[in-house]
Amino acid sequence: MARVVVDVMLKPEILDPQGKAVHGALHRLGFTDVTDVRQGKRFELEVDGELTEERLEKVRELAGSLLANPVIEDFTVHPA
Amino acid sequence: MRIGVVTFPGSLDDVDAARAVRLAGGEPVALWHGDHDLQGVDAVVLPGGFSYGDYLRCGAISRFSPVMTEVVAGAERGLPVLGICNGFQILCESHLLPGALIRNNHRRFVCRDQRLRIENASTAWTSDYEEGQEVTIVLKNGEGSFVADADTLDRLEGEGRVVARYLGEDPNGSLRAIAGITNEAGNVVGLMPHPEHAVEDLCGPGTDGLGFFTSVLQRVLV
Repeated sequence: MARVVVDVMLKPEILDPQGKAVHGALHRLGFTDVTDVRQGKRFELEVDGELTEERLEKVRELAGSLLANPVIEDFTVHPA
Repeated sequence: MRIGVVTFPGSLDDVDAARAVRLAGGEPVALWHGDHDLQGVDAVVLPGGFSYGDYLRCGAISRFSPVMTEVVAGAERGLPVLGICNGFQILCESHLLPGALIRNNHRRFVCRDQRLRIENASTAWTSDYEEGQEVTIVLKNGEGSFVADADTLDRLEGEGRVVARYLGEDPNGSLRAIAGITNEAGNVVGLMPHPEHAVEDLCGPGTDGLGFFTSVLQRVLV
């Protein structure tokens, strides 16, 4: 059993209203030195068997088709 | 003419869409997300709502439902497809339409009677309007902000593929006030406002939405 992590972030040019809301809350809490917040998603996948390059490639495929929407999001895939 | 309306788990406006089809003079046909079957319909409506709870991203999971395989194949053959609100999100996730819909820039759900300008009156779903016609249709969304990169936006504008644009203040942060777009062939249309809620004088802001459903009947007859 192996674990793979997929991190998904909105592309820099895409507005992130949730990040803006969190940023506003941080300011109200006094963390005024935080200048920006971007919110993303982290997926932890359990994969059967050894983590071969072939299996990693499959994860990249599913990350690009389901976990992330490449029109608005970037993603990275790495073994945990 | 038989117009299919797909029900996904979490669809809200499938019944209203079917009703709009009937009021326009068509025969609504209920389609199920889990079936690889369009039952031979002449056109398909993907209705509004929160399919699969909007989990992951709006429309991201619905895109892979069995019926969507058939809708995508049909759309590529010229089958008229209208995606309303969540249906628009599903069409973008399916890559039948470019761009994406993200959370409203002001972070609040918007629900109002919205003025629009019909920019393209030659699609399968807008031929009963005049180009430049101003209509009022219900808008209700939390994630209705249309985004795409500048090249895509320029291409959409250049090819006349912006179907409808918001008038007045942009209600959700959509780039270039885009409320609806179409594919190159003009058979697939995605629209954030809800024409199925504007088909009767008794409730809603009038009958300006009916044209989307009467347009497609003419297309199908031809």
